[in-house]
Amino acid sequence: MSTTLSESDSKTLLSGFGVRFLPESLATGPADAVAFAAQCGGPMALKLCGANIAHKSERGLVHLGVVGADAVSRSCQELLDAARPEDNATGVLIAPMAIGLREFIAGISVDPVFGPTVVFGLGGVLAEAIADVTVRLAPLRRYDAFDMLHSLRSQSLFGPFRGEPAVDLEALADLLCALSAASSQIEGLISIDLNPVMIVDGSPVALDALVEVTAADVVS
Amino acid sequence: MISTEHFTALFDPRAIVVAGASTHPGKFGFVALHNILSCGYSGEVFATNRERAEVLGRSTFADLTEIPDGVVDLVFVCTPAASNPELLRQAASKGIRAAFIASAGYGESGEDGRRLQSDLVDLANELDMVIVGPNGQGLISTPSSLCAQIVAPFPPAGRIGIASQSGNFVSSFMNLSRQSGVGVSRAISVGNAAQVGVIDMLEYYADDPETAVGLVYLEGVPDGREFAKRLEAVCRRMPVVIVKGGASGSGAKAAASHTGSLATDDRVFDGMCRQVGASRASSVAEAFDLAAAFATLPAPSGPRLAIVTTVGGWGVLAADATSNTSLELVDLPDDLRTTLDGLLPPRWSRNNPIDLAGGETKDTVPAVLDAVVRHLDVDATLVLGMGIQSNQGRLEREGPFYPDHGLERIVAFHDRQDSRYVEVALAASAASNKPVLIASELAVADPSNAAVSAVREADRYCFPSAERAVKALHFMYERERWLASFASESSN
Repeated sequence: MSTTLSESDSKTLLSGFGVRFLPESLATGPADAVAFAAQCGGPMALKLCGANIAHKSERGLVHLGVVGADAVSRSCQELLDAARPEDNATGVLIAPMAIGLREFIAGISVDPVFGPTVVFGLGGVLAEAIADVTVRLAPLRRYDAFDMLHSLRSQSLFGPFRGEPAVDLEALADLLCALSAASSQIEGLISIDLNPVMIVDGSPVALDALVEVTAADVVS
Repeated sequence: MISTEHFTALFDPRAIVVAGASTHPGKFGFVALHNILSCGYSGEVFATNRERAEVLGRSTFADLTEIPDGVVDLVFVCTPAASNPELLRQAASKGIRAAFIASAGYGESGEDGRRLQSDLVDLANELDMVIVGPNGQGLISTPSSLCAQIVAPFPPAGRIGIASQSGNFVSSFMNLSRQSGVGVSRAISVGNAAQVGVIDMLEYYADDPETAVGLVYLEGVPDGREFAKRLEAVCRRMPVVIVKGGASGSGAKAAASHTGSLATDDRVFDGMCRQVGASRASSVAEAFDLAAAFATLPAPSGPRLAIVTTVGGWGVLAADATSNTSLELVDLPDDLRTTLDGLLPPRWSRNNPIDLAGGETKDTVPAVLDAVVRHLDVDATLVLGMGIQSNQGRLEREGPFYPDHGLERIVAFHDRQDSRYVEVALAASAASNKPVLIASELAVADPSNAAVSAVREADRYCFPSAERAVKALHFMYERERWLASFASESSN
């Protein structure tokens, strides 16, 4: 038996290992959301947050590019209304929209033979078709993290790209090492998904996080 | 606990007994004895046969209780599974420390077989014996001229140590060894790997002065973490080349039915190999290329490659092959360009690849090769176009005009020239301790070619193509980088 942590709890847990996320707020109602949006300025992303919500996009629980107080308020209320009892919804995560053309995916997967592995690959809508993915056993040495980056076929994505600066490879290696550290210290870990990891101004930022653990090890 | 003495008994036994020798030339028990007796093993060879029938002109014993005490180190077992526990006890009582078990009917054949296999391991541990197999095809050990296997060939002596989960791949590797002349130290098919497996063999090879590189065919590993840890320790001491079956979905199914082991996800395996410093080859041919490179070439100390070719096209493709590798085509340094200007007519390429454009004469090629290989900005050199002259010589020698019209003299001259170019290139390699790779399809098309022969005479490997040579060098350099990563970590 396994269970997933909420996006918010997943992010809090992984932040402790050095994974970088955008500033965001867990709003319990439209007023919170509107206040946070006003503080950030610009278009916002809103997502329903709960322990048992795994496929947010498919269920329409992600609202992107929401502009203005009225729209933010409406979006927040709609998401709260869409929650089912089994979602264990704790609120709506609201964050400024991240802007970047390059998306990667990173995470931890436990192989039945080799145990915990660190996974890194190309993200985005074509990710599965292109299947540019590299895997190493956890724990990683820093050399391994860089070797993972060098192993990706899509090397040109690391350079300056359509007006965006080159990727900070040190920061990307930090991210992989942080995942590696998390894999050895989270009790009962089954998987971690950071999808997508977007390159924002050259630096990797995880826009979503999902930590899956064995049910017995869940702490409330 | 399996120790070095067990492996010595296995690979360098003082005397051998074949248990279950057969009078039928189609049976394992005949072939094993035949191969041991035919390849120069100098220790004493005994054989057992239930009826005491004469096999290959030799008398046999009814069972192991009749062989002399304390003389034999290795028993090669071809008897039915049911009789093997008693056989192992008898072997132990005679001081035998190692058994290679070719018998089938164990883990590969269902639940009963698995129980027999696990009982056999318990018994071997209790008797302090190493058992390899069951269901294996045998082992060879060239330092002892030992060919204890039920397959062919017996390869030339050399420094490649082979360990395989499939006996037929041992055979494939050894065929390539015999063809190329790059020899083998030890080779073993671990069969069902009941007590010892590929990783145990690699650990022995890493300590074995006869072995410089491990060459492995693998289908699955039961305990990935432990395997990775031990493999890394081996790779710190010795290069290891792995070709893995079951890499694709359909391959994995075939592998499961073959050795009863579970295939693991290909990307995990690939990443594990990179991490622990093993070179993962994509085919048997590539695996042998890499093993031959590691066994015969000095390691490159950097990525800078120079390509020397007698004519254009080969150099172009070789240069293309360096893209997507860790190697760099070195920009020719000014002083080297000046040196070559003085040796070659103006039409030479004046850059890397160094295309001699047919401008070579008998004295310039050695001078060019020497200058390039030894230059401080060059870490490795790939030499293409060797053997062309002697290839024409062969056509002339086999034609209707030979040996008249001056053909005898010119053919001999061509052969001498090709040999000499190769000798100079390889002498410069040895003197500068840098890899020089010679590539020509003549390695396969005409192994008797003078250039190819000269490479073999120098105990080097003639790569069958420039692309394959570049790939091998790439893996060698990757290994150097991996080794260096530990040095840089400890200095931080």
